[in-house]
Amino acid sequence: MGMNKTNIRHGAAAIMGVLSLVAAACAPTTPPPSSGGNPSQVKLSGLIKVDGSSTVFPITEAMAEEFQKANRGVKVTVGISGTGGGFQKFCSGDTDLQNASRAISKTEQEACAKNNIGYIEMPVGYDGIAVVVNPKNTFATCLTVAELKKIWEPEAQAKVTNWKQVRGAFPDVPLKLYGAGSDSGTFDYFTLGINGKEKASRGDYTPSEDDNVLVQGVSGDRNAMGYFGAAYYEENKSKLKAVQIDSKGDGKCLGPEEKMIQDFSYHLSRPVFLYAKATMLGRPEVKEFVKFYLESENATKLIKEVGMVPLTASLYGAVQKRVDAKTLGTAYLEGATAKTPLADLFK
Amino acid sequence: MSISRQERNLAGRRRGDRIFGFVGLGATVLGLLVLVVLIVDVAKDGLPNLNWEFITSFPSRRPGQAGILSALVGSIYMLSLVALIALPLGVGAAIFLEEYEKRGWLASLIQINIQNLAGVPSVVYGLLGLGLFVRLLGFERSLLSGALTMALLVLPIVIIAAQEAIKAVPPSLREAAYALGATKWQMIWHVVLPSAFPGILTGVILALSRAIGESAPLITIGALTFIAFLPDGPFSPFTVLPIQIFNWVSRPQAGFHDRAAAGILLLLAVLLSMNAIAVYLRNKLQRKW
Repeated sequence: MGMNKTNIRHGAAAIMGVLSLVAAACAPTTPPPSSGGNPSQVKLSGLIKVDGSSTVFPITEAMAEEFQKANRGVKVTVGISGTGGGFQKFCSGDTDLQNASRAISKTEQEACAKNNIGYIEMPVGYDGIAVVVNPKNTFATCLTVAELKKIWEPEAQAKVTNWKQVRGAFPDVPLKLYGAGSDSGTFDYFTLGINGKEKASRGDYTPSEDDNVLVQGVSGDRNAMGYFGAAYYEENKSKLKAVQIDSKGDGKCLGPEEKMIQDFSYHLSRPVFLYAKATMLGRPEVKEFVKFYLESENATKLIKEVGMVPLTASLYGAVQKRVDAKTLGTAYLEGATAKTPLADLFK
Repeated sequence: MSISRQERNLAGRRRGDRIFGFVGLGATVLGLLVLVVLIVDVAKDGLPNLNWEFITSFPSRRPGQAGILSALVGSIYMLSLVALIALPLGVGAAIFLEEYEKRGWLASLIQINIQNLAGVPSVVYGLLGLGLFVRLLGFERSLLSGALTMALLVLPIVIIAAQEAIKAVPPSLREAAYALGATKWQMIWHVVLPSAFPGILTGVILALSRAIGESAPLITIGALTFIAFLPDGPFSPFTVLPIQIFNWVSRPQAGFHDRAAAGILLLLAVLLSMNAIAVYLRNKLQRKW
C-alpha cells in the first residue's frame, strides 16, 4: 500500500514537472531589441488581427512576416475564414483588417453600417484564374468564352462530354473536368466570368476546394481540363498547359500572364483587397503596417514572391493617398464591376 | 467407415479454419499495409525537412525557412490547459456517478447524455465554443477558448474512462475502509482514487491524444493560421499543429508540401510519445488484487 502510494506520488510529481516545464516554455519571452526597420518612429507594439480570404492570405502572411521582423514589438495574426466569413467578423468588430478576394457586398456594407464600423478599401493586387489542360493536349491552345461556357454552363451537364462537341475540329476524345468546389471564391468568379451568373455551373465535374488536388487531376489525365488560381499554375508549369482565352471572340488570345492580369485584358482576372477598420488607423502600429503593405517597391517584391500579381507602382501611391485622406466606404458604387480599371476607381 | 468420414469431416473443418485464419490475416495486413504506405510516403517527403531548425522556427512565406514552433507550442499549451480543465471535471463527474448517484433517474439521464455527447461530431463542439466562450463570455479567439472547447469535446471520454477505472476498484477495499471508520469522502480520497488513478490517467492521455489531432472545432472558433510569436498567456491568440499542416498542404509551392509532411511526422511523434507515456504509467502504477 505504502509502496503504491509513493509510486502514485512520483507519477503525479512527474506530471506536475512536465506541466511546469511547459509553462516555462510558454512564458513570455522578452522581445529582443528592435532591429531598427523603423528608425524614425518610436518602438511600435500591439496586436493586429487580420482575417478573411484564403486567396489573399499568402500576401498578408508575407507582409506580416516582414513587418514583424522589422518591428519586434508588434504581433500580427492572420486567419483564413474566407472572404464572406471574414467580413462577418470584420463587420462585427472582431478583426482590424480584412483580406477580401472581391469588393464588399451590399449585405456586408449594411452589416458594417449597423455596427458603426467605418472602413477604408484598398486594392492590393490581382488574382487570375488559370484554365488548364494536360500538356499532352495539343489542340486546345485557345478557347473563346462562348466555348468555355458551352463546357461549363449548367445545361452542359451530362451532355457535353467530348472534346469534339466543344469545337468540330477537336478530336473525338472524352472530356474530363476538374474545377473549384462551390464554397470557394474562385468558383464564384469563374461562373460569373464564363457562365454570366455567379454559382451557375454544371455539377458533373470533379470538384475540390484544394487546388493541389485539381493540379494532380489535370496533370494525370490527358483528356482533362480544369481551372484554379493562377499561382497554382505558375508553380506547376511543367505539369500543366494554360489555355489562352479569347474574351471577345475576335481571335485575340491571351494567357494568364502578369501584364494581362494587371490590365484586366485576361478574361479571368480580378482585383483583391485589404479592408481596414477606420478607427484602427489611429493606432500607430496599424497605420505603419498598412503603409508597409502599400509601399510600392516592398509590395511588388513580396507579392511576386508568393506567386500573385502586384498593382502597378502608381496605383499603390493612389491607394495610400486614399488611406491618408481617410476616404471611407467602397469605391464600387453603382455601375462599377470587378472589371472596372482600378485607376478609374482609385484616383 | 464412419471413422474415416469423421476424419474427412474434421479435415474439412480444419481447412475452413485455416482459410478463415488467412482471411483474418489478410484483413489485418491490408490495414497495416495502408498505414505503412502512408507513413513511408510522408516520411520520404518529411524526414529531410524534420530538423531542429524546423522545430524552432516560426512559419514563413518561404517554404525553406518555414518552421512549426508557434504551432507546436500552441498545441502543447492548449493540451496542458485541456488536461487541467478536463481532469477535475471528468473525475468529479465520474465520482458522482459511481459513488454518490449510482442508480436513480438523474444518474441514468446523465449517463445517457454523456454517452450521446461522446458521439457528437467535433464541429458541433466548435460551434458551441464559438457561441459560448468566444462571443458570450468574451474570451475572444484565445487559447482559453480553444482549450475550453477541446475540454468539452474530450470530457465524455475522460468521464467514461474514469468511471470504468472507479468501477474496477474491488468493493472489498471500500468495505475495509468503512470498517476502519472512514467517512465516505475519506474512503473515496484515500482508497478509491489512488487505486483508480492509473486507469484515469490512461483515459486522460488517450483523450488528449484525440484532442491534439482535432482541427475542426478550432477552425470553427477561429484559431489562426499565421502566428509568428509564442502565446504569452491563456488569452493569447494561437495556432495548433493540424491547422498549420492543413495550411501548408493547400499551398501551391511544393516546398510547403514537404514542410507539411515534416509537420505530420512531428504530430505523429508527439502523439506516439503521449500514448507511450500512458502505457508506461499504467504499467508502472497498476496494482493487482
